[in-house]
Amino acid sequence: MIELIEEFNVLAAFWMTIKLALLSGLFALIIGTFVAILRLSPVAILSWAGAAYVTLIRNTPLTLIILFTSLGLWGQLGFEPASRDSPTFIVDLNFRLAVLGLSVYHAAFVCEAIRSGVNTIPLGQAEASRSLGLSFAQTLRYVILPQAFRGAITPLGNVMIALTKNTTVAVAIGVAEAAAALRNMIEFRPDVIFLNFFVIAIGFVILTLPLGLLTSYASQKLVVKR
Amino acid sequence: MSAQDVLFDVPGPQARVRHRILAVVGVLALLAMIAFILLQMDEKGQLAANKWTSLFEAAAWTNYLLPGIWDLVRAAVVAIVLSMGLGLMLAMGRMSDLLPVRWATTVFVEFFRAVPVLIMMIFTFFYLANQEWSNDSWNPFIGVVVGLTLYNSSVLCEVIRSGVGSLPNGQREAGLSIGLSNAQVRRSILVPQALTSMLPTIVSQIIVIVKDSALGYIILYPELLTQARNLSSSRGNVLQAYILAAVIFILINYALSKLAEAIENRQRRKAAGQSKKAKQDEGEGEEGGMAGYSDKTMEQNRQT
Repeated sequence: MIELIEEFNVLAAFWMTIKLALLSGLFALIIGTFVAILRLSPVAILSWAGAAYVTLIRNTPLTLIILFTSLGLWGQLGFEPASRDSPTFIVDLNFRLAVLGLSVYHAAFVCEAIRSGVNTIPLGQAEASRSLGLSFAQTLRYVILPQAFRGAITPLGNVMIALTKNTTVAVAIGVAEAAAALRNMIEFRPDVIFLNFFVIAIGFVILTLPLGLLTSYASQKLVVKR
Repeated sequence: MSAQDVLFDVPGPQARVRHRILAVVGVLALLAMIAFILLQMDEKGQLAANKWTSLFEAAAWTNYLLPGIWDLVRAAVVAIVLSMGLGLMLAMGRMSDLLPVRWATTVFVEFFRAVPVLIMMIFTFFYLANQEWSNDSWNPFIGVVVGLTLYNSSVLCEVIRSGVGSLPNGQREAGLSIGLSNAQVRRSILVPQALTSMLPTIVSQIIVIVKDSALGYIILYPELLTQARNLSSSRGNVLQAYILAAVIFILINYALSKLAEAIENRQRRKAAGQSKKAKQDEGEGEEGGMAGYSDKTMEQNRQT
């Protein structure tokens, strides 16, 4: 097993998976929070735009979005987020396109997670803070947002776990992550095919299990007791 | 209660003016974005009429898109049926009175929930490709179905189990008190009710299955994405073909999500009606057991 891991550089592949997950997670959080703000805003057209984004993206397969970034955005529209002078042009390009696709896709789920966090807050909380004379900004800052983030921990954790697993789709545009490693391993060592599968599968268990435990620990620790 | 109620007061005259300004700015920003995209597309010649019209020729549909949709639906339906069956069995196993059975199913479920679907698809596909007895033309299909089934049956198992958990305790106790065994109570009282109450979640899971069957593209299964690629390589309209594929996916999944919503509303109405009737009958009203789930369960179970 060790020689297999060394021969096919499985650790490097999982490092790529982690990099994809962390970067896309960060961007998805930023885009998702922005979309959630749109969705929750009292202006009808903005909230409609947020809802449209979520509906469209959530019903499209991730495979399609990732392929589209490469074949459509780069291949047809000439969107090129990497420099051609760089010796690692193709690697950088595919990595960045994959991050773009993963972020855009998971932002829709981040938005829904944040919205469900806001939905856990009883109406009385906002009414009470208004009747205390807090301004809108103060209500958000001291009453609504602290509770909303705590309520959103579990769904956000689930999005992050799903994102980690979904990074495998990046193999469709040639990013050398865990799924690509599995394909290589099977191609060159078909005699130990079960072990190959096992190595990669355990890698994902190791990545996602602590995330799940951390999420449930944090959500229990930080739950707003009512 | 909607989020708007929490966050915002009823707007006064000043706030209404502010909202109107924001709305105008928002519309302008949206229009600017659309204009920018269209300009970019025009610059690269993507708006040329023949690139779009060739998508609607009869040959494009009969040779590529319809077979693609058919293969997509075929894989999804087989995977849904198998996952339901396996998921039910796993749920029974996880609730079993026998410790070894419970352990084995727990390990199975947790393992296959943690491993990406694509990894299982790739493994099954290459495993079959290395076997002499398997028919090569079936490998991609079986790969897609096995990958989808292993993952989704594990998810459905958890859905059913949480449905059983949300039933009122009296259901189980009543079953036991009329002399049914634990297994009989689960089989004929708890699981049927859990299945009904989790129906919306199960339909949302079908959307996940439909979306994930697009992963078949990577193991050469000729589903809609593969066919869109084939179509575009014969007509040179990659962008347009993928946009059309996306529209088809969105339509299918949007219809499914509306179905899930409709089922949920119907159940809520039914539960509300029952509790109203109970109120009239007994003079006191309690929320029916099945109303215990809200649309939050559905949203959260809607996996990425």
